[in-house]
Amino acid sequence: MAYSVNICETDSESDFENLGESEPGQDSFQVVAEPAVSTQRCPQTDVFSECTRINTEHLTFTASGHERDETLSREQKKSLRRHHWSAATLKVLASMPSRTAGINNAAVIPQHARNLSQLDRHQTSSQDSSQPSRPMQEDSVQANIEEEICNEENKKEQLVSILRGLSVGEGMRKLQASPLSLADKMEVRQLAFSDVAESSLIRSIPCYSRLSLYISRTLHHCLFSCLPVLTSLQLWHSPIKRLSGRFGTGVLSYFLFLRTLLLFNLLLFVINGLFLVFPQAVNPPPRPHDSNLDTFTGLELLTGTGYLSQSVMFYGYYTNIIHKTCRNDSTAAESPDLPVCDSKKPQVVPYSIPAAYFFTIVIAFYTICIILVYSISKAFGRGFQVLKSNGNLAGKVFCSWDFKVIKKTSVRLQSEKISTQLKELLSEMLHGENQKSCMQRLCRLMLHLVAWVACLATIFLSAMTVHYLSESAIKQSCLEKTELLLLAAVVSGINLLLPGLFNLCAWVENYDSPSVLVYVSIFRNLLLKVSIVGVLCFRWLGRIAVERERCGIQCWESFVGQELYRLLLMDFVFTVLYTFFGEFLWRLFTKQVLKRNRMPVFDIARNVLELIYGQTLTWFGVLFAPLLPAVQIIKLFVLFYMKKSSLVLNCQASKKPWRASQMTTFFISLLCFPSFLGAAVSVTYTIWTIKPSSGCGPFRNLTTMFQSRQLWAQELENTHLILSWLSWAYNSLVENPLFLFLAAGVFLMVIYFHTQIIDGQRRIISRLEKQIENEGKDKQFLITNLQAIYERSGLVSP
Amino acid sequence: MGTTASQLGKDLLSEYQELTFLTKQEILLAHKRFTELLTKDEKELQNTRVPTERILTLPELKSNPFRKRICHVFSTSEQKDGSLTFEDFLDLLSAFSDSATLEIKSHYAFRIFDFDDDGTLDRGDLEKLVNCLTGETDETRLTRDEMRQLIDNILEESDIDKDGTVNLSEFQHVISRSPDFVSSFKIVL
Repeated sequence: MAYSVNICETDSESDFENLGESEPGQDSFQVVAEPAVSTQRCPQTDVFSECTRINTEHLTFTASGHERDETLSREQKKSLRRHHWSAATLKVLASMPSRTAGINNAAVIPQHARNLSQLDRHQTSSQDSSQPSRPMQEDSVQANIEEEICNEENKKEQLVSILRGLSVGEGMRKLQASPLSLADKMEVRQLAFSDVAESSLIRSIPCYSRLSLYISRTLHHCLFSCLPVLTSLQLWHSPIKRLSGRFGTGVLSYFLFLRTLLLFNLLLFVINGLFLVFPQAVNPPPRPHDSNLDTFTGLELLTGTGYLSQSVMFYGYYTNIIHKTCRNDSTAAESPDLPVCDSKKPQVVPYSIPAAYFFTIVIAFYTICIILVYSISKAFGRGFQVLKSNGNLAGKVFCSWDFKVIKKTSVRLQSEKISTQLKELLSEMLHGENQKSCMQRLCRLMLHLVAWVACLATIFLSAMTVHYLSESAIKQSCLEKTELLLLAAVVSGINLLLPGLFNLCAWVENYDSPSVLVYVSIFRNLLLKVSIVGVLCFRWLGRIAVERERCGIQCWESFVGQELYRLLLMDFVFTVLYTFFGEFLWRLFTKQVLKRNRMPVFDIARNVLELIYGQTLTWFGVLFAPLLPAVQIIKLFVLFYMKKSSLVLNCQASKKPWRASQMTTFFISLLCFPSFLGAAVSVTYTIWTIKPSSGCGPFRNLTTMFQSRQLWAQELENTHLILSWLSWAYNSLVENPLFLFLAAGVFLMVIYFHTQIIDGQRRIISRLEKQIENEGKDKQFLITNLQAIYERSGLVSP
Repeated sequence: MGTTASQLGKDLLSEYQELTFLTKQEILLAHKRFTELLTKDEKELQNTRVPTERILTLPELKSNPFRKRICHVFSTSEQKDGSLTFEDFLDLLSAFSDSATLEIKSHYAFRIFDFDDDGTLDRGDLEKLVNCLTGETDETRLTRDEMRQLIDNILEESDIDKDGTVNLSEFQHVISRSPDFVSSFKIVL
């Protein structure tokens, strides 16, 4: 006994120290201890080689056994490599719960046994002397196959009994999610649920419960048939599937993002249309005297002036009249064509356009904010890992194959991509990071510095250009139609050309890792767009709104709305031109003139940032031009088909890897933080502080747009006393700083609790991992001893 | 139970809908595509089994490096030759569909990657998997050193009980850390 303990201790595995002493029935270990006595001269060798040295005298695991003595190292012993073991040990190993976990399929079990029987035959052929126990073992293998099929039947019965214990709905869901084959599932379902149905029919059911059963069954059927209709209504389902089949998940994420933005704009359009545009369009305001609505040219469609400026499109059209369905007797002079109010009939709340304008915009922004926060939290939740993984090679190997890709060239491209990625990671590990000399590092630093300075300088210059252009436009108070387009064209041109320059800079800099390259170019592009939008905002809110008289503009809100409209349209026109010239003609050029087959690559990051830029302008412009979402919807619709055909004709899939879910999370957070937040802050600033123009719009003659809410609340109190509690609640809760303070405090506490929970979970997980490792060591120890026992019993029996 | 000559009965359709993750449209489309693979005589029979070669002419599986393993895993034939009935085909599409759960997908992914069908991924399985991923040509295949290093790293990261193989639970643990898996383990007809 003591010897076995000694030998185990030389392995320095503390788990086994107490094993020999604590357990009472130690017959098996005595068997092991005996051979160990004779080999006291080699205390370092482990149990396994002890057993085999004895066995090679009597049994023959011949060639493999000798090899094992010489080459057996610690690591080899640690892995349970099967061809060292006998068939019986293999059978035990194969039926361990960890290896049969989840495999409920009857088809798999005979495969195990078939493997074992093949292995048996292989081993008999490689041995010099036949073992007397072999034929017995073959029979036992056959018996085992039958035994395992019986086990399989038992498992099915277990599943049936579990399902009977659950309700029908839960049971069906569990059956749906179990990894059986469809034939097995139908069998189990018949066993589990038809019994219930039969037994319930056998007893006499009262009429009402039979009726409710019938109703629930028909509802169930209706639900099953309705849901597919809803999912098949998904827009662009088949074009997106074809694209993903050819280009993979990266490009797919761009088109899904486009579809999401389209849905956002649709929501905005519906809200605005129902509550704002429709009531105003039904009751048009009187036409102003100096309008020239007779002429309508195509240029006006581009500039947004003229006919369009006096339409529902822009802010200036909306009136500050409160629309009533009936009138009081005293106001007969104002609106003679409305019927007189009947005091006996209940009064309808009059529809106030200013209040509707204010509340529609505010509620639309709130809705979009909630949707964005929800989608960000879902995206983050998907990507968040409680455990920090040390390198992700296993994940890459198991999860990186995209099964959606079906075209042969794309499959080959995907293989190349994965291979390149793996080779890069492995070369880092095998050879270590390239130790650059001091000189090289300095050179690289200088290069990075120069590139960054160049990019920042170009951004600054372009912002200054836009600023001076706008200033000169303000100074010249009377503007030609075509000159109005100049500012929009310059902005779109800058947005088109400079990102190409940034990509070139990043390529020259030759970053080590491709993901750093992507992030750097995105950051530079983002900086450019933020600075341009910032300059434009300053121009509109800081200069035009404040100094409107100097510019000679009567209705500054309409003017700002028109500028935004022009910006969106010019952006679209330039994108069309770029797609045509940049991609189509470039491809022809490289093919015919340069005779190279290298097609341009679809730059996902740049295109997504273009979409985010357009969406920021739309959100900012909703206040000034309520129909701007409709323009954006048309633009996105056309853009989808244009980009799709351009992609299919001109571009090839990128060779660089693209982590789709991480980038999708990143883009949604970009949509929320700089884009939506900036637009919301600007709109809030406009509503809160800037004085609306006095000649046009629903907020004329008010100090701020926000005042309309207070006026409406007062009027509501005066007419309907019942609803006055609403305004009281608002005043005491939302505008009370104490309440907001408390709400923020509760929110912070909830976040703190969640972080503590995650911390605790991390600690538990690391402890469990250590425990699993120890269990693994136990398992190895037991298997080696089991092997020794089998060999020992083979030695002992004749 | 099996498919009738050229149309699916209503009861059978709703049963398939309840037991798999496919919608009614998807099941009908699958039926249409499956019957296109059958010869004239086979269309009359019930519950026909289509051999692997014909299944692999489907464009969704034709160029996939795992196509033979997929047919093998979902096949319920006695001879283990990879032939599929219509119900096996539905099983395949259900596991690869949009609404299948992560557990189902990871379970079947494990069985597809288990090239020797012994219930774990050992070194041989992992080597074959990496060779499938990197393709056929010599320049994309990994060298012996790189392969050894890669498999050592994979086992170090994912083999928690240190037995030299990755079993189903360890595989599912690795998969749960990667958010890309659910969207890439999809085949849509």
